This record gives sequence, C-alpha cells and structure tokens, in this order.
Amino acid sequence: MQKIMVCLKRVVDYNVRIRLRPDHSGVVSDGVKMSINPFDEIALEEALRLRERGLASEVFVVSIGPSDCQQQLRTGLAMGADRAVLVEEDGEVAPLTAARAFLKLVEREQPDLVLLGKQAIDDDCNQTGQMLAALWDRPQATFASKLEVNGGSATVTREVDAGLEVIEVELPAVVTADLRLNEPRYVKLPEIMKAKKKPLETLTLGGLGVEADTSLRTLAWNEPQERQKGVMVSDVPALVAALHDKGFFN
Amino acid sequence: MSKILIIAEHGDGRLNQSTARCVSCALQIDGAGADVLVLGDDCATVAAEAASLQGVARVLSVQRPENAAPLAAVLAPQVAALAAGYSHVLGPSTTFGKDLMPRVAALLGVAQVSDLMAVEGPRRFRRPVYAGNAIVTVEVAEGRPVVATVRTASFKPSTAGGAASIESVGSAAALPGHSRFVELRRGGGGARPDLQTARVVVSGGRGVGSEANFTLLYQLADKIGAAVGASRAAVDAGYVPNDMQVGQTGKIIAPELYLAFGISGAIQHLTGIKDAGLIVAINKDPEASIFQAADIGLVGDLFEIIPALERALG
Ligand SMILES: Cc1cc2nc3c(=O)[nH]c(=O)nc-3n(C[C@H](O)[C@H](O)[C@H](O)COP(=O)(O)OP(=O)(O)OC[C@H]3O[C@@H](n4cnc5c(N)ncnc54)[C@H](O)[C@@H]3O)c2cc1C
Repeated sequence: MQKIMVCLKRVVDYNVRIRLRPDHSGVVSDGVKMSINPFDEIALEEALRLRERGLASEVFVVSIGPSDCQQQLRTGLAMGADRAVLVEEDGEVAPLTAARAFLKLVEREQPDLVLLGKQAIDDDCNQTGQMLAALWDRPQATFASKLEVNGGSATVTREVDAGLEVIEVELPAVVTADLRLNEPRYVKLPEIMKAKKKPLETLTLGGLGVEADTSLRTLAWNEPQERQKGVMVSDVPALVAALHDKGFFN
Repeated sequence: MSKILIIAEHGDGRLNQSTARCVSCALQIDGAGADVLVLGDDCATVAAEAASLQGVARVLSVQRPENAAPLAAVLAPQVAALAAGYSHVLGPSTTFGKDLMPRVAALLGVAQVSDLMAVEGPRRFRRPVYAGNAIVTVEVAEGRPVVATVRTASFKPSTAGGAASIESVGSAAALPGHSRFVELRRGGGGARPDLQTARVVVSGGRGVGSEANFTLLYQLADKIGAAVGASRAAVDAGYVPNDMQVGQTGKIIAPELYLAFGISGAIQHLTGIKDAGLIVAINKDPEASIFQAADIGLVGDLFEIIPALERALG
C-alpha cells in the first residue's frame, strides 16, 4: 500500500465542559482548549502503525476549517504523519461539504486507504466517512475496532449493536475508527520541533471547486432539559422503599 | 404533505424495535404515516411484522441474495433509487442506520439530520450535539428530501394493530462487489432482555473491578428481569463485550429504571441514559458526578449493596 490519508477535525477538547454563548448562537469557543477529535486521533494512530509495520509508505493528514487548524495538523505531524494539507474555510463545514472536499483530495492523491473518526465529538454527526465512501463509490467500514490489511483488501472488525461484525473490503476504502481500535501515542517534545519543518500545504474550498452545502440550517441552540434534583437514601432498605414508592418491584 | 419512507432494521428474521420507533417519529411528521422498506434475502416475516404496525401505510420488500447481510455499500444504492418521490427517508440511529443513512444521503446529494430527537415541523427538528450538552434546532431547505436518523430513545415504538399491504418491488440498482460480509460475533446479552428495549437495566462501571465480579450484576439482573449495560471503562478493561456499552459512543437507551453501580457519571456516559425514567446510582464516592444526574443516590460499596438488594427484591 502506498498512501494513507487521515482526516483530522479540530474540536473543543473532550474534557471541556461546553457553555452556550449568552446570545445562544453557538458554544463559547474563545479561550477554550481545542484538540484533534479523539476518534480522528485514533484513526491517525492506526495509519502510523500500518506505516511502521511496512504496510504503507506515506501517511498524510488533512483538515478543513479556519487557519487555526494548523495547530491540530502540527500535532498530527508530531505524532508521525509525513505531511499535512489544510483546506481553509472560516464558515461552518457540514459533513457533506467535508466529504466533497475530501473527495477532491482523494482524486488528486489517490490514497489506498482513507482513515477518519467515526464521529466528531462536537456535532456528533457520524456521517463524513460514509458520505465520502458514497461519493467516491468505494467500500466503507465504519466503527472499526480492528483493521488488518492484506494486499489489496482489508478485513475490518466493526463494533455493531449486536456484537462484532467482520467484513472484508477491497482497497481503496474508507475506514472509520471506533474507540477501541488502539490507544494513540503521546507526542514527545523533539517530535514537536521536528514537525515544524514538515510540509503543510494550504488550499481553499473554493480553490478545490467545492461548494459548501447549505441545505441544513441551524436555527437555535438551547440547553438540554435539566432533570429534577434527586434524593439521597442512606441504606438498602431505604432504596428499596424508594423503588417501591416509584412503582417498581411491588 | 409529506411522503415518508422508513428503512427497516432487522436481524435473525425479526423486525428490530427501532423500526417501530421510527414509525412513531414519522407519525409526528405527518399523521398519514409512512411506507416501510425491507431489504433482505428472505423478507416475508419481517415485512409482515412491519405491516402490522400502526402508522404503516405500505410495506415495500426487496428480496435479493445480496441483501443477506446489511452492507451499507450494497443497500444504499437500492434505497437511493427507491427514495424517488419521497419527501423524507428515515432510518434508526442504531449502528445499522448510522452506517447506511449517510451513504444514502450522499447518493441523493443532501445533508443528513443525525439523531433526530423531536419534531417541530415537517422539515424542522431538534437534535443533540456535544454529547447531549446542547440541543440544536435545525431546518432542512425546501425542495430536497429530508434524510434523517431517528434517535430511538426519544420515540415510543408504534404498536401492532395496523394492516398495511405488502408489495414486492424489484431493484435495478447496480450493486458493488467490493464489500463482503464475513461473520457476526454475538455479544454478551445471551438470554437476558435486550439492552435497547429492556424496561430495567443494571449497569456496571470500572468500580465493578473484574469480569468475574460482573457475575454479581448478572445475578441481580436475572432476579429482576433486567438487561445488563456497562460504562466504556468496563468495556475497555475487558470486563464485558463492546455491545454492552452505554453512552455517546455506545447505546442510547431509555429504560424505565437504570441502576448504575460503580460508574462515575462522565458526560459521555450520561448522554446515553438521559431518557431513562428513573436513574439510581450506587457509588462509594459521595462526590461522584453520577449523583448529580441520579434521581436516587446511595453512597456505599457495591459489593455489599448488590447482594443486599438482591435479597431485598427476591
Ligand atoms: C470520545 C469519547 C467517547 C466516550 N464514550 C463513552 C461512552 O459511550 N460510554 C461511557 O460510559 N464512557 C464513554 N467515554 C468515557 C468516559 O469519559 C469515562 O471515562 C467513562 O465513562 C468512565 O467509566 P466509569 O464511570 O466506569 O469509570 P470511572 O470514571 O473510573 O469510575 C469508577 C467509579 O466507580 C466507583 N467505585 C469504585 N469501586 C467501587 C465500589 N466498590 N463500590 C461502589 N463504587 C465504586 C468510583 O468511586 C468511581 O466513581 C468516552 C470518552 C471519550 C473521550
């Protein structure tokens, strides 16, 4: 296998407790820690391991978003990616838009495998990989917890509601990573220094000839409904009484 | 007026309850109900089950050997072809629907509404983002089909009592041969109630400590007729199989009663149980954030509390 393309999304770090802006136009992002979407980080780790095992010769990372995405791409380079491509776009990037842009890059780069996270933890959409696979007319293996590449095909174990599903797909293909695919490595300081010298190319959506999809508009942001405050009980008999009181196990 | 197509989910020759929940969602979009599309290699039983749901107008069944396993790359072109003329195409937000529906949306050249949790109008919906920490209202532009996955925990299943017609339809869609189903390795549920439909769920976290200790939870569950769930930490540690994970990246469930043992209450876990009727938390740490989310909390050691509870309820 020659090339692996990995898509990285810049998102609010998963440890941050998000807050809505006072005018409810979105979430507060000023001064908030941003990171690579954790599922994408797992996707990158998997690509790097394939390269380290001699199963791929190049891993490049791609992100779509504002110029600040360079930080996450640099982190990806420090983890071990060979080069990076940023598709700069300041507006909202819907999954369909992202898939169209990734398709342009796929056509240019001809990767044998595209790896990305199964969902981004900001919009929780879980769409981009499937959409790219559809537009590219290639196989998809979503929610991967194990990936084996054997020549021109890959065997993927997928975490599905009923258990673990194994499928075999011909390459090139799109694989989306689930949490248990691997544990990403920590980046060491010398790698961060080295990453500064690795190539980072900047393109734009317009330059790629991609039109942003605007068919889905966000009209309002709201807090979720709060649950009523609960009660504490002191022991098992009190718990059982409370359960009986709520109509259970009578 | 809307014209709605629901993609049926099924396995082992049975209709999955997620389909009946999609029908309820469809009824909120348009009281006229929906058509249900069954794709399989042997659809008769499943199609009959779908036809008996209230709110189903018509069942379309596409029976082909290629449809034996639910491969998104194989099913999507058939769904996209049959979606012509429909204003809405809905699937469940289960791993089946999450895999398939975005592929359908992309073939139709439209966006997808993921995890539709409430209907505000025929093209206006609410859905959770940031692991349920914010809810957005979205609207799909006129003139194109709405493709959505339905957050099943937000809708009650439509009940039996319908009598829709069943039509066998052909599919001329060219199907790819690049994807092959190998096997399905079933998870840990066994004979217990299904996690996604159970009335009562007993769930364990890292605090349970080992695979062997999970026996305590299974025993309690069997005594009270409950399904068993787990936190991600418990799955990662190998105490239980992956299909038992509850949360943002596991199953989103809405049991009437959820009993959480040794689970700290991370937001990614809580988002999976937001719609539970009653949440009971047992944790030895009085500061655990699960107590903020619980309706009833008890501070204590699960290894003492579970046997005591089992005795009291037995
Ligand atoms: C992108 C992403 C997605 C995620 N998705 C999910 C998901 O879908 N589902 C999910 O669950 N998590 C998910 N997580 C992980 C989540 O953040 C937490 O790490 C996880 O839920 C913690 O599991 P836990 O509560 O079992 O473990 P811990 O946080 O370690 O808590 C263990 C608890 O057990 C208690 N305990 C220990 N011993 C006892 C005892 N003897 N008696 C009583 N109590 C005891 C402790 O006080 C503690 O509160 C996700 C994380 C990320 C980053």
